[in-house]
Amino acid sequence: MQGTIYTETVIHIAPEAFVAEAPYQLVIVDLDSGSRVTGRIDGDRVSIGDRVEETVLHNGIRFFRKLA
Amino acid sequence: MRPVAVVGIGKTPFGAFADKTLRDLTQEAIRHLFADCGASPAQVEGFYLGNFAGPEFMGQSHLAPYVASASGITGVPCTRFENACASSGSAFYHAFNAVAAGTLDVALVAGVEKMTSQPTPKVTEILAEAGDVSGEGKAGATFPALFAMIARRHMHQYGTTREHLAAVAVKNHANGALNPLAHLRKNITLEQALAGKPVADPLTVFDCSLVSDGAAACLLVPLERAAEFRKPPIRILGIAQASDYVALDQKPDITVLEANKRAAAKALAMARVRSSDIDLLEVHDCFTIAEIIALEDLGFVAKGDGGPATASGMTALHGSLPVNTSGGLKSKGHPVGATGVGQICDLVLQLRREAEPERQVAKADIALAQNLGGSGATSVVTILGRVQ
Repeated sequence: MQGTIYTETVIHIAPEAFVAEAPYQLVIVDLDSGSRVTGRIDGDRVSIGDRVEETVLHNGIRFFRKLA
Repeated sequence: MRPVAVVGIGKTPFGAFADKTLRDLTQEAIRHLFADCGASPAQVEGFYLGNFAGPEFMGQSHLAPYVASASGITGVPCTRFENACASSGSAFYHAFNAVAAGTLDVALVAGVEKMTSQPTPKVTEILAEAGDVSGEGKAGATFPALFAMIARRHMHQYGTTREHLAAVAVKNHANGALNPLAHLRKNITLEQALAGKPVADPLTVFDCSLVSDGAAACLLVPLERAAEFRKPPIRILGIAQASDYVALDQKPDITVLEANKRAAAKALAMARVRSSDIDLLEVHDCFTIAEIIALEDLGFVAKGDGGPATASGMTALHGSLPVNTSGGLKSKGHPVGATGVGQICDLVLQLRREAEPERQVAKADIALAQNLGGSGATSVVTILGRVQ
């Protein structure tokens, strides 16, 4: 599933359960299917408008990767 | 519906108080309230408590009768209201309805939060419970992260800058430095605000409100009974509470918080005033971007103009529309459950002309408070006025 970054942030101060993963990038993605979902970024950081592709579902979190 | 007035106010300082419990803080605010207006516990017919996360922070539930009884208020209905950061705004709204309807005459509304007893990661986790835990929360969202994503989008759509965000923090710290009850009473410079430690990009520590302990309380009675109390009554001219989706990704445009717009439209219509009639505001600056968006959603500036308006000095203490003369949540502090009632207390002080001389606004006849819950799923807007 592909989509476009609607908004994003890099989290530096994380909740207790995610402290070891910080900093990490949280995004809201407008999927090409028309729905809007919250997920995380694998690899290169993204900006609003960037195209992304869904990679894995890990611990219930949808991960996306920037498309070249 | 009968007219309702705020006849008494009481607040603790906001700050970090290791030696005070949630119950101590509430008791202290209520003691100040009774001293302010001359009322006694036996007169109270209903107790409305705003508190976000007492059970999570303190391990104590059944909070309303627990704290009321410590202040000598027993036998009457005591209820806790939880609506995230709009908990005591919501309690205030429901107390107003009960008094306006004639269900009871004397309602005491308090708000309290005791937050500093937990380490930052735990506080962050508890605050994140005000979002959608099964969605954005599961993905690792924090509260600052939700507002950071709102800020990014606002910057993208309207050209809002980091300097605009920082201008909110600088202005609110300047006001808070003059408020003896504020948590962080110090001025900051634009350079400091821009160079803050990152929390969730583009927000730094200087964009985030404080983690504080504190309590606030006020007394509502029908206007016709206000003369029984010694302070000049401040009338609730209009009030409304509105809601929206909890999850950010369910909102069509995250730069607009619809609950703010709905609550403001209803409250202004009820008060029969226009936004141009309002002299000063207390808005919910949980993050700097939230104050910018509130100015827009409440109709004081056009969409996208909140940042430039702030940078121009319009909302400064002696600007044309003073906003957060208390220092706001940024400098005064944000004991979440106390914030809504705290804003009412701050405005009543201004409307009574009782603020410290250097902080008193010259024209203070009609004021508006906006209390936001979560990333916008609850908003309470209250319009207060002096009784001529």
